[in-house]
Amino acid sequence: MTEFRMPLLGADMEAGTLVEWLKKPGDPVARGDIIAVVDTEKGAIEVEVFSEGIIDRFLAEPGQKVPVGTVLAMIRDTAEGVSPSSPAPKREAAPVATAAGPPAPAATTPAPAAHRAARVSPAARKTARELHVDIDRLEGHGPGGSITVADVEQASRAKPAAGAADRGAGMRAAIGAAMARAKREIPHLYVSTTVDLARPLAWLTSENQRRPVSERLLPVVLFVKAVGRAVAEVPGVGGFWTDHGFVPGSGVHVGCAISLRDGGLVAPALHDVDTKTIDVVGRELMDLVKRARAGTLRSSEMSDATITVTNLGELGVESAFAIIYPPQVAIVAFGRVGERPWVVDGRVEPRSVVTVSVSADHRAIDGRLAGSFLAALERALQAPEAL
Amino acid sequence: MTREAIREAVLQALASVAPEVDGHAISLDRPLRDQVDLDSMDFLNVVIALHGSLGVDVPETDYDKFTSLRGAVDYLAARLGA
Repeated sequence: MTEFRMPLLGADMEAGTLVEWLKKPGDPVARGDIIAVVDTEKGAIEVEVFSEGIIDRFLAEPGQKVPVGTVLAMIRDTAEGVSPSSPAPKREAAPVATAAGPPAPAATTPAPAAHRAARVSPAARKTARELHVDIDRLEGHGPGGSITVADVEQASRAKPAAGAADRGAGMRAAIGAAMARAKREIPHLYVSTTVDLARPLAWLTSENQRRPVSERLLPVVLFVKAVGRAVAEVPGVGGFWTDHGFVPGSGVHVGCAISLRDGGLVAPALHDVDTKTIDVVGRELMDLVKRARAGTLRSSEMSDATITVTNLGELGVESAFAIIYPPQVAIVAFGRVGERPWVVDGRVEPRSVVTVSVSADHRAIDGRLAGSFLAALERALQAPEAL
Repeated sequence: MTREAIREAVLQALASVAPEVDGHAISLDRPLRDQVDLDSMDFLNVVIALHGSLGVDVPETDYDKFTSLRGAVDYLAARLGA
């Protein structure tokens, strides 16, 4: 029997709300199947299962908000018989990541707010259930600050208008918590270089001339693919910082920072970027952005990036130095692609260049390794036909 | 195809990548980039959508025709022989 737990979908997540089960007890599941939808500050996430078997039973109901690590379902091995007498697992939160996800972050996240059972009247609790109001987020105005039916009804009335704003505020708070932790705990070091893009952009232009619209490549696709190639060459920058030190990632999964149209930011992973062709990376990046904005990302994408890329060049930013997304150990930031005077063979010429920086966790990476990674990235960009 | 239909197709393509935009509030002559928040991937998606709806394959060298809504409609009308 395997326990299926609420996965950790990013360093900034403490709990998630089960929206729906997409399978039912008795259904067979295979590794990678999507079995549930969970709502988080980052939107609704399709949660995959990482074991094979048959769903034995569910331990959480849609609508329930549960801390990361809580057992949501039991999955029995195909060979096992039904065992109705087997003891139910304890429903306590355990600080574990999903089986295939990254190791749990080194630092302890604050425990979720304890239930304030004593300060919520039973009638208010019942009303909250009926009106789908999250009672943990309410402020009580009853005797001694207790939460009353009136408080719940008030929150319910305020809900429809505040829905999007709440989500935005929740996401902002989650990003803030993760970034504050990163700045507090990670000794960041920064290296940067400016890369002449004449060759890669000329290659891109000629490729795009012969490609149908749907297969055209954007410069950012070259960047993401080149980062994947460079991580494969310098694996010490791709992985996680844990209580036991640096753990290399199992695969090169590049997190792509994507800004959402209504504000907010997610950095889902594009998997195995080093081994995929540039066409596949291009297609998958377009799809990832679409799904990030539609709120249909998958749990593996939210949890297993081994390095992150952020591209702020479109905003006209010349260069950027980003904050590492824990428990990762490096983030690569690209600035604007623009023309600058450049010295080529002893002459000054106008050239399209980009400034790229690496922020690295000095506990895992020293300046020399970060520099080697940047050099590998530049080499990869200068040989676009080989990407 | 009428210019009106082409304009509709452009607005629909814009709305497919930027759902928050009110197509009818878009001015014909102000720069599109000031009115719709489009990055290069969004713009590529607009071009892909127009290829689907109008059958016009806009090469990268013609992207600068899309600086305003009027520019885009003029360009597409010429390409369609409208």
